[in-house]
Amino acid sequence: MRLLEWQSRELLEQAGIPVPGGRVAGSPEEAEAVVAELGRPCVLKAQVPIGGRGKAGGIRRVDSPQEAEKIAGELFQMKIRGFKVASLLVVAASEVGAEHYLGITVDRRRGVPVFIYSPSGGVDIEEAARSSPGSVHQQPVPVLEGLQPFRLRRLLASAPTPLKKDLARVARQLYSVFDRYEANLAEINPLAETSEGLLALDAKIVIDDDHRPGPQFEGLVEFAQDPLEAEAEAAGFSYVGLDGDVGVIGNGAGLVMATLDLVAAAGGSPANFLDIGGGARAERVRAAVELVRRSGKANVLFVNVFGGITRCDEVARGVIEGVSEHGSSLPVVVRLSGTNAAEGARALDEAGLVPVASMEDGATRAVALSRREA
Amino acid sequence: MLPPSEVRGLSILVDAGTRVVVQGITGNEGRFHTGHMVRYGTRVVAGVTPGKGGQSVEGIPVYDTVAEAVEERQADTSVVFVPAGFAMDAMLEAADAGIALIVCITEGVPLHDMLRVRPLLAAQGIRLVGPNCPGLISPGKAKVGIMPGDVFTPGPVGMVSRSGTLTYEVAQHLSAAGLGQSTVVGIGGDPIIGSSFMDLLPLFRDDPETQLIVLLGEIGGTAEEEAADYAVGELGKPMVAYIAGFSAPPGKRMGHAGAIVSGSEGTAASKARHLEDRGVPVARTPAEVARYAREAMR
Repeated sequence: MRLLEWQSRELLEQAGIPVPGGRVAGSPEEAEAVVAELGRPCVLKAQVPIGGRGKAGGIRRVDSPQEAEKIAGELFQMKIRGFKVASLLVVAASEVGAEHYLGITVDRRRGVPVFIYSPSGGVDIEEAARSSPGSVHQQPVPVLEGLQPFRLRRLLASAPTPLKKDLARVARQLYSVFDRYEANLAEINPLAETSEGLLALDAKIVIDDDHRPGPQFEGLVEFAQDPLEAEAEAAGFSYVGLDGDVGVIGNGAGLVMATLDLVAAAGGSPANFLDIGGGARAERVRAAVELVRRSGKANVLFVNVFGGITRCDEVARGVIEGVSEHGSSLPVVVRLSGTNAAEGARALDEAGLVPVASMEDGATRAVALSRREA
Repeated sequence: MLPPSEVRGLSILVDAGTRVVVQGITGNEGRFHTGHMVRYGTRVVAGVTPGKGGQSVEGIPVYDTVAEAVEERQADTSVVFVPAGFAMDAMLEAADAGIALIVCITEGVPLHDMLRVRPLLAAQGIRLVGPNCPGLISPGKAKVGIMPGDVFTPGPVGMVSRSGTLTYEVAQHLSAAGLGQSTVVGIGGDPIIGSSFMDLLPLFRDDPETQLIVLLGEIGGTAEEEAADYAVGELGKPMVAYIAGFSAPPGKRMGHAGAIVSGSEGTAASKARHLEDRGVPVARTPAEVARYAREAMR
């Protein structure tokens, strides 16, 4: 769960990390009121789930409440890389000196949280790590050890001496957010030197989707995502919308990715990734077919299932129900293997649908059909 | 009882002598897969569900604690089906009871639980496979997991995989081509897992029954690259690979928490290049894995 910037900022603030004054606004009038309250030049920041907002014109400086109302009106009309601007974060503008990067993520290979610090922040940290690896410092924090001061001394060895104490304090506070909110990423970029001291000017927090239950998670809002992806998530599917026209449904993330690859290799372009998970019954499969249909992008559907705990006869019934509900407007290619594949094939046959023998054949057939439909 | 090295048909991790305890045996999943494991021939000796001690499932006695299952039934391997919120407790209980190998099938184990469990088990020398994995199988000997047993056949191919159903798909092609498997391990798709490719490859290297390794990778992380470096160095056996996710766009999580391309790292193309540069053929379709494996076995 990736939090909205304004909410990430709130979590930092609760932990004691200094942030510029301000709050979130849902309308131009509200933005105007916040700027009036702050009584100084402000920055309006579009709350969209995508990097590069600044370049896209989603971050604007304003000098007066009136200007804020006008500029906010423009921002609320914008779509930034496909995302509608539903809210703005309005914050007091700061005189910014040097910018630092401070973040915590999880080193998957070693299975430990790792702090990342750079005295040259404000830029894409992955890019910085590639272009000047010497400027990006890492320090693992074994969870069983807890956050010991020596870890931060090592992390911050290259930081300006007068700032070390403040940086270490912010690092401890950021770690407490990472730990309490079971984050897989908590970053401040930039952490800027200003006349008011260090200020967290932007923040990104991603919470583990599988976090333990707890009151601290109540009221947290995820970045607005694609409505179909949200619906699929609610249904327990793993769905990712793509740009092509061959709809794909399968069971198991690896198998579905492999299916997308075969479609691409056959010269086609997948419309989506949809993993129905293990053990899906007919009703779930029908719902998956319906989801792909409603995405409006697919002109052909390729269902590829390897039945282990999933029964192929159930999959066949679900596909038949999903397809027959809307006539034969969506051509479908079905490949079934494993548990009850023969029963599934018989059911498809009786419904006038012909199963393909392999996923390779299925991909070729689906791509040929999508070309004919296009 | 014979010492393990004299048990006929020894394989890696599990064999016909492995004594399995099922944690969460009275739940739907646990019950269902216990039946399949028993019918496959796995020696499931006990089940554990707190509060259900004294019951039985598929004729297998259920205990309240893993310690009792170890004491009374000499269980040495645990397979975990408990709900995600209880998985950390279950794994640490198994470790405390003296279980040597834990296979955690459970999906959705909290990341911050795994940040604790992994080092705690490692410090005690206990091997963990998973979580969020299909488990492992040594065909004809034992199945400790949820895979359909009938697509696997005994033979010389060791398999390690980040996927579930894709593993079954490839195993079916291998079996159809007459290439059976020594041991197949699904390591799981989560960001933090107990056993990585690099933890398992040395076992296959030392296993006399394994003549060839098939590695099934996915986008994200650097595990395939490390395996490639190992293959060209210490492994001493041929390897064939497949990578899922060539068409995956950057920044989109493809189902598995680990399957995401971030920045320029972790793409299928970069992994395939790394493997191929080190002499490991990378099949572009599941069927092609069997063809490459056949060539590599010559």
